[in-house]
Amino acid sequence: MIEIENLRVVYGAGALRTVAVDGVSFGVAEGQSFGLVGESGSGKSTVLRAITGLAPVSGGTIRVAGREVPKRRDKVFYSQVQMVFQDPYGSLHPRHTVDQILSEPLAIHRLRDRKDRIVEALRQVGLGASFRFRYPHQLSGGQRQRIAIARAIILEPRVLLLDEPTSALDASVQAEILNLLERLRAERGLTYILVSHDLAVVAHLCERLLVMWRGGAVEETSAEALRSGEVTSDYTRTLIRATQGFTRAGA
Amino acid sequence: MSDSPLLEVEDLNVRFHLPTGTVDAVRGVTFSLGRERLGIVGESGSGKSQTGRSILGLTPPPGEVIARKLAFDGRDLLSMRRRDLRQLRGQRMTMVMQDPKFSLNPVMTVGEQIVEAYRAHIRSGWREAEEKALDMLEAVRMHEPKRVFGLYPHEVSGGMGQRAMIAMMLVTDPDLLIADEPTSALDVTVQLEILRILDRLVAERGMGLIFISHDLRLVSSFCDRVLVMYAGRVVEELAAGELGNAQHPYTRGLMGCLPDLHVSRHPLPVLTRDPAWAR
Repeated sequence: MIEIENLRVVYGAGALRTVAVDGVSFGVAEGQSFGLVGESGSGKSTVLRAITGLAPVSGGTIRVAGREVPKRRDKVFYSQVQMVFQDPYGSLHPRHTVDQILSEPLAIHRLRDRKDRIVEALRQVGLGASFRFRYPHQLSGGQRQRIAIARAIILEPRVLLLDEPTSALDASVQAEILNLLERLRAERGLTYILVSHDLAVVAHLCERLLVMWRGGAVEETSAEALRSGEVTSDYTRTLIRATQGFTRAGA
Repeated sequence: MSDSPLLEVEDLNVRFHLPTGTVDAVRGVTFSLGRERLGIVGESGSGKSQTGRSILGLTPPPGEVIARKLAFDGRDLLSMRRRDLRQLRGQRMTMVMQDPKFSLNPVMTVGEQIVEAYRAHIRSGWREAEEKALDMLEAVRMHEPKRVFGLYPHEVSGGMGQRAMIAMMLVTDPDLLIADEPTSALDVTVQLEILRILDRLVAERGMGLIFISHDLRLVSSFCDRVLVMYAGRVVEELAAGELGNAQHPYTRGLMGCLPDLHVSRHPLPVLTRDPAWAR
């Protein structure tokens, strides 16, 4: 479904030149869920942003459903690929109602039956039609993230790019959103690319994943291998150890 | 060191009188702290941060703090004059907050800030304070204390900033440190390094530590004792090793809903909130 080959993202020039992503390649089959894991500055979010056209692609190719994406992403691209951002407080227009937020993609893509589609999208993310005329500030963090997911699936895309979709949420709300994402994928056969710093979240939602460090790929592995500890790089092992919490030396 | 606890909190309430009504952020919290590591865990809005702030007298207006007892080293904090409280705060009890980007002064070098913190409380010359600051930077494992001393906050990484913050808060040799999500803005590997530094300093200096966090697993691996807060109340107190034996359904639910790297469960159990917990 998605093939990334030798992707490079470079920001700035001269002394300010920063290579954010340096030759990263991976492929995701249709219906699969793929994780990108790493710490801040590893370039994991930049890969997602490069796919959607929010970051400059300096080299390499990006293919979606067999087609190389055009330099300026077109409507065909956005009807196939949609993104969910980390912060549901920042990614929804504060002065638009839920109805306006969900109408916008429909208007851009000139789709009919807007009301029905909005009610259906809300139902899909577990919210009632009564949420249509609320503003973001009247919603909890978890409800906002559900709206952000509804906005992404309302165009019936085949791929969702998820950038830390639960890291701004409380643990109990995180569980609800993870379950929602899992159900949507099963029901609609969606393909996911999930970016997260949390190894446990990635292992929960994805079958395969790529560990990144400072713009480069460290290793591609599977959730199964993370569980059994069959990973090849020391860096991945350090990350696994870090999920077990604090350990006192000699204790 | 006396046998009386370092900090005594009895029936602590923090209220905010807002135009829309009164919000009870903290309700009837009672605990005492010796020279140990106490964790306070809860989700957003549970009152964990307001508990920490009220101890230092940092409850923002229009907040109101009421307690049957709030005493530090035997001295009542609520009836204390503001001047005396200011003397105590920053010297004998200090606080480390979540994000060093917002809690360090952007137009002063890291070293100057530590010197300022020291001289605000301890009569000393610049030279002596500078030496203290350099020692402290070394104690938080900065590789080149001299170089870091002259750096501005924007020139250091998040992990270094947080270590500078800890250095500043410990330079006066406090008896009590309140750390409010000190590592939540940091990467996991840096997080553990900061905790290791904090752990060693707290142990060496025999301080009391209140560690406030949303991360139940992290807190229980770090602290001796954990208070679990929900809707302004302490719903459960646990010895750190006994997290597995938690009794309260909220604590158990909170543990259960975390995805686990080693156990695959689909779908994740979801926390069902019982209105009775908030009563």
